[in-house]
Amino acid sequence: MEHLNTEMLSRVQFAFTVSFHIIFPSITIGLATLIAIWEGLWLKTHDPRYLQLAKFWIKPFAITFGMGVVGGIVMSYEFGTNFSKFSEIAGPVLGPLLVYEVMTAFFLEAGFLGVMLFGWQRVGPKVHFISTLVVAIGTWISATWIMAANSWMQTPAGYKIVNGVFHVDSWMDIIFNPSFPYRVTHMLLASFITACLLVAGVSAFYLLKKQHTNFAKKGLSMTMWMLLVLTLVQVEVGDQSGLEVKEHQPAKLAAIEGIWEAKESNVPLLLFAIPNMKTEQNDYQIGIPHLGSLILTHSFDGAVTGLKAFPKEDRPYAPLVFWSFRVMVGLGIGMVLIALAALVLRRKGRLYENKWFLRAVAFFTPMGVVSTIAGWYVAEVGRQPWVVYNLVRTVDVVSPLPAQRVLFTLIAFVIIYGLLGLVYLYFMRKLIRKGPPKMATLEKQLIGMNAPGYALAWVKNLKHEDHHPEGER
Amino acid sequence: MDLTLFYFLVLGFAIFMYVSLDGFDLGIGILYPWFDKPGERDHLMQSISHVWDGNETWMVMGGALLYGVFPAVYGTLLSTLYIPLMLMLFALIFRGVAFEYRFKSDRSRAYWDLSFSAGSAIAAFCQGLILGTVVQGIPADSSAFSSLHWITPFTVFTGFAVMAGYAMLAACYLFMKSRHDIQAHAANIAKTLLITVLIAMVVVSVWTVLTQPYIYQRWFSGMNFVYLAPLPLLCLVAGVISWKDLHSHRHESRPFWCGILLFLLGLAGLVISIFPYMIPQQLTLWQAVSPHSSLMFILPGVCIFIPIICLYTLWGYRIFSGKVEDYQEGY
Repeated sequence: MEHLNTEMLSRVQFAFTVSFHIIFPSITIGLATLIAIWEGLWLKTHDPRYLQLAKFWIKPFAITFGMGVVGGIVMSYEFGTNFSKFSEIAGPVLGPLLVYEVMTAFFLEAGFLGVMLFGWQRVGPKVHFISTLVVAIGTWISATWIMAANSWMQTPAGYKIVNGVFHVDSWMDIIFNPSFPYRVTHMLLASFITACLLVAGVSAFYLLKKQHTNFAKKGLSMTMWMLLVLTLVQVEVGDQSGLEVKEHQPAKLAAIEGIWEAKESNVPLLLFAIPNMKTEQNDYQIGIPHLGSLILTHSFDGAVTGLKAFPKEDRPYAPLVFWSFRVMVGLGIGMVLIALAALVLRRKGRLYENKWFLRAVAFFTPMGVVSTIAGWYVAEVGRQPWVVYNLVRTVDVVSPLPAQRVLFTLIAFVIIYGLLGLVYLYFMRKLIRKGPPKMATLEKQLIGMNAPGYALAWVKNLKHEDHHPEGER
Repeated sequence: MDLTLFYFLVLGFAIFMYVSLDGFDLGIGILYPWFDKPGERDHLMQSISHVWDGNETWMVMGGALLYGVFPAVYGTLLSTLYIPLMLMLFALIFRGVAFEYRFKSDRSRAYWDLSFSAGSAIAAFCQGLILGTVVQGIPADSSAFSSLHWITPFTVFTGFAVMAGYAMLAACYLFMKSRHDIQAHAANIAKTLLITVLIAMVVVSVWTVLTQPYIYQRWFSGMNFVYLAPLPLLCLVAGVISWKDLHSHRHESRPFWCGILLFLLGLAGLVISIFPYMIPQQLTLWQAVSPHSSLMFILPGVCIFIPIICLYTLWGYRIFSGKVEDYQEGY
């Protein structure tokens, strides 16, 4: 029971609620962007297939967004409820960033979401497209501010400490702190990849089931092109981000790589190991000698700082960081391979037929989310025991609440979020099984819209559709 | 003008926007049990499903403003009011997800109705509880974290009062946005609630001045009461106008605006009572405020974005103006 103290419970509660929350924004940032792209393409080409894609995915988007909103409101109050001292000392730096996030992003998203979801019949197609675009841009802006705030906690800069409170010295340095550019790019790419994998996975599922094949082909083909670019860029950004961690957060890097010796010049690339915090070494280690040095320092015998260079109380919990990193990178490699396989199959003309490929894509439907969460564990667990790296310890800023109150809310969160997670999956499954709206339904809705120019193109496309009636139910 | 005072007004504005806007949509949930004929609940839900998210964003705005501008208040208030705040957040989760899932459900609709109405009611009650606790004062020692100081007869009363207030706003909103039976039903409910709210305002005021000597001083020392008399008088005027419109159906939107005015007056009364304290008898605005550099950084943002936000919020409401009966199933 010794671990059931207020500090541990507050940390577990924050970790649990933020882990649950991040699932939904990492989907909606990318999905909003995809829907905006489809709607834009529909306006440009008048091809109703794009409208069908937008209209289908807007429903999963809506429930995902709703989950993100309710979880996000909790986050905005949890700094104060459980880490009141942290709010008081870091509020002058982090608070204004959050104020800007609300003013430039949350309101924008919420204000235009109503039109995006419910305004199809009330505004013209152009205004509707702009609303969708604004929602998408709102999600990017939001991610940018929150990444600035979180990156400042990782690599604080531009501050001065007056009477134990962080004051601002330079806002530019605070926002553009050393890790911010890498981390915001890494996160935005992760969200785009997550959404692409979701769309690709569902499309692959339809193709395997031979349902809605035309719709599914379009979805799969587009997202595979996008994934090809996104995953390869992400590999490069991830590498850069790792080098930045090596420079500014060496203890985190040592945990990621499972390095113990204070100065290790033959760093192996570990494939398997269980870092042991007590004996200060790895159990069951399997690795490729020198490869770690080569990746991290670009030289065969490059020296890297290990965990023993830091006092025991300044080390993050290495096993979790180590394994989260391997989950993230392992899945990342899988994503690159899928994108490359798609390119090869496309050239052979078998992109929509190869069963093994489609099964792999369907299996990867949620893997963007899993990989993103694993990446966050690397970043956040790797930052501990600090809440502001090297400056403020988490243990020192916890609200002095009775442990049983925090335990009570933690249990409530686990039950409520567990239930909500199941409900979310149930409704996602329901929407996916229902499939995309029929072309005829879309046409009927379109007549209600102030879009006379689209009618002609519609009839043409619909005729085209009738000659290829495969699997359109 | 003093920047601290300016931000106090901005925070006040955010709170006012929150209680007016989320007030009526939480109120819709509170009214759910009284609308159980076929189609009525769909109607109620549809009347707010396009705006609830934006309305609730004002709550996040309030939280972020407190965090950035008055971090000491944010830290103290939220941690000492841990349980009521968490209960409010849980309730908001239940009602928030109901918007998305209710229309997509078949068999589980009754659960989503319950989730929406109970969630709305509990969230409103918790907000009233928190309001009452702030007015009655928070213990200055560590018992603020561990005792149940936030649950007293007074705070429970303010909890129910806020519920009644939100429900009244919602009934006036429905009166404005509906036709025929629902409109008539809403008018009847609104009349009952209007009387309840006016009585509750009197009770809370009397209770406060009797139990909090410093608030008594503020209102009754010297000529203060004469200067402050317009506040209760305006409440009475707004109440009478609202009642007449609800009775005669001559003005469909005026009762709603009178309701908003009542909330504004109530908020003004609160500020007059506890100013310059943010946490009564403990922390004034000037003690709690962030350093100058933080205030200056947010200043251009507040001056530029808040007017823009108000404009496009207004635009959003205008797109969905008119009666709910004319809405079509959206997406």
